[in-house]
Amino acid sequence: MTPTLIGRIQTRLFLLLVIGLPWTILVTPLLPRHLGVGTLGGLYATTLTAWFLVGLLGCCIWEPLYHLGQQFRWEKDWPILFGLLTSIPEALVLWSALPAYDTSPASGWTFCFHFFSTWIVMWLFAIGPIKIFLIRYRFRGGRIL
Amino acid sequence: MDAQQSIIVRSSDLAAPIPDPDRPAPGDLNQELLGTSLWTDDALARAQIPVFDVPLVTVGGGIGSFVLVDLLRIAGVPTNQIRTLTNLDVPWQTYEYLTRVSQIPRTERLRSDATGMPDNIWGFPSYALLEAAKEKTIAPLFNVLVEPIFTDYWTPRAGTAFAAIEREARRVGYFDTLAKGQVRMVRRRHGGGYYTILTPPPGATPTRRIAYRSRFVHIAVGYPGLRFLPDLQEYRQRYQDWTHVVNAYEPHEQVYEELKRRPCVVMVRGGGIVASRVLQRLMEDRWNHRAPTTIVHLFRTFISGTQDRGGPFWRRKGGDGWAYQGFNWPKGAWGGQLKESFEKLEGEDRANLYKKLGGTHTPKRKLWQQQMGRARAEGWYHTVHGTVEQVGRNEQRQVVSRVKLANGSMQDIVADFVIDATGLEGDLRDHRILADLLDHSGAGRNPMGRLDVERSFEIRGTRCEPGGRLYASGSMTLGGYYAGVDSFLGLQYAGLQIVDDLAAQGFCPRIGAQRSMSQWWRWVRNRPV
Ligand SMILES: Cc1cc2nc3c(=O)[nH]c(=O)nc-3n(C[C@H](O)[C@H](O)[C@H](O)COP(=O)(O)OP(=O)(O)OC[C@H]3O[C@@H](n4cnc5c(N)ncnc54)[C@H](O)[C@@H]3O)c2cc1C
Repeated sequence: MTPTLIGRIQTRLFLLLVIGLPWTILVTPLLPRHLGVGTLGGLYATTLTAWFLVGLLGCCIWEPLYHLGQQFRWEKDWPILFGLLTSIPEALVLWSALPAYDTSPASGWTFCFHFFSTWIVMWLFAIGPIKIFLIRYRFRGGRIL
Repeated sequence: MDAQQSIIVRSSDLAAPIPDPDRPAPGDLNQELLGTSLWTDDALARAQIPVFDVPLVTVGGGIGSFVLVDLLRIAGVPTNQIRTLTNLDVPWQTYEYLTRVSQIPRTERLRSDATGMPDNIWGFPSYALLEAAKEKTIAPLFNVLVEPIFTDYWTPRAGTAFAAIEREARRVGYFDTLAKGQVRMVRRRHGGGYYTILTPPPGATPTRRIAYRSRFVHIAVGYPGLRFLPDLQEYRQRYQDWTHVVNAYEPHEQVYEELKRRPCVVMVRGGGIVASRVLQRLMEDRWNHRAPTTIVHLFRTFISGTQDRGGPFWRRKGGDGWAYQGFNWPKGAWGGQLKESFEKLEGEDRANLYKKLGGTHTPKRKLWQQQMGRARAEGWYHTVHGTVEQVGRNEQRQVVSRVKLANGSMQDIVADFVIDATGLEGDLRDHRILADLLDHSGAGRNPMGRLDVERSFEIRGTRCEPGGRLYASGSMTLGGYYAGVDSFLGLQYAGLQIVDDLAAQGFCPRIGAQRSMSQWWRWVRNRPV
């Protein structure tokens, strides 16, 4: 991947919208329901908040940070492994930002399953199939528009 | 350097240049045509050159032409709207020749990543994915996942790319667009568009030349010429010796054969990927065929560690003489922030960015590192840092290079063979079509001295209204708004820019998301477009 800053932000929002949102809507009913988020509605509120925060924190904090990191790379690229591994710090920060979850010891698994499954599906889509629909994507630093 | 110093790269005997005939023949260029820059239909009629009408002509028939035709077909242009004028039978012919002589046979791996697929504009599924599926192994996928942090870049085998191009060429009907021959020139036409003059193979047509009248012309003639180091060229001429001093892009198998027979010293010149390949061959021959060779490797610029090329953000790895880089430009030049930087810069500023990112380099591959380490330890691989002042011959008919070393002292290095792996490219004027464009059609040079093209790859200054557009892609456009022009991916980018520009003029539909999707599905099933 060879993103630009604006391309990173656009790609993140695009992926969240066309992959992350449908995925979240689909898997939420399958997640175990725990204290505090015991109702399906409550669970949706939590997963959708998580989904929203991945976009918000991503655009405001993470992507500019990654872009800065990329400047230290001669190739000015972002290896696809980075795209996978950056999920870990993002998950940690998100977990602490999501109050509804930490009322139950088992809710960590609920969070992890939702967060990482969404991340992996989006990542898989971005490293390959996205180009089927957007033939110019790989030449535009990740810009969609 | 003048044009005589270029060596001619002949992709095969089949593609030998068709000479300009010396005796008059029917339907030939006459003084009137040669002397005028803007041709009228009447002038061609007077010269009795038959004229064929076709909307778009692509000149070259190598990878660049193939990629453009592929994209046009995907956009929905019928084959009868396109003519590919070429001296090649298949698009990968010159490429296969150059890779083979520079030590990349079909089974060896190329220097572009898994998504650099001339046969697949989408770059998905990548060559790594296809190889994994075909050979039932996840190794290529794992490699792509962890590259370039934990492994070398994964690159496809040469044979994979050739077979894939062949499949795609058949699928889109590329071969239906071929017209064989040598293109002599492209000139503007009074009333819009262009004339392209083709010299068909002798006897193929009743007239010596034929002309294609088209609204659009695309030029993708590859390297204008390859050049030899001037001191080596001088040696070859003075001693009439073409066997002991060779260029890596010439057939030079006889050198390796000779090395297996007797102990020799070989001097390799150059610090790029071709030098790496030649060294690999020499070293493997020594280990596998007991060729008792000693290698002297001459670097003009010797890189001993990470290079600072403009502050903390611009550090390129290096060592043992080499600068290390995966591909011919940093990856971000093909589609990321470096691409955007090039796009925005003009003139001197753009040339400076080219300089900062340029220079000679080679990929840091584990195999090559191991081989060089072992060869150094065994004491028969030596590196020298210096500049050659003169090349001569001693009484034993060995080649003697007088080298000014980095510390200022002079040293004579005696070698039985010298292999020039510097890969200098020729000047625009080395190619007849390009020289003609400069002289007659308003084409100019970019800040790097190559052909000046717009962001759309239209050759600046050559427009012929109403409607005529002349485009170019490939190595002769280096120095423009896009750096990666001489690569599969770069040729595809150029092709896409051209097809988008053609769409803007109503020649074909723009490839949108829906067309892209349905065509990709056809590609997957190997169905005609
Ligand atoms: C050794 C080597 C290795 C490379 N490896 C890679 C790699 O791994 N990955 C990558 O992406 N790129 C690679 N490249 C760069 C590039 O992709 C290839 O060189 C590619 O073949 C360029 O395509 P082209 O169409 O510009 O030129 P070509 O494929 O050479 O096609 C142009 C052809 O036009 C024809 N022609 C010229 N003049 C006329 C005329 N007057 N009339 C008719 N026909 C004419 C000639 O036959 C010429 O061969 C490599 C290049 C070299 C030299």
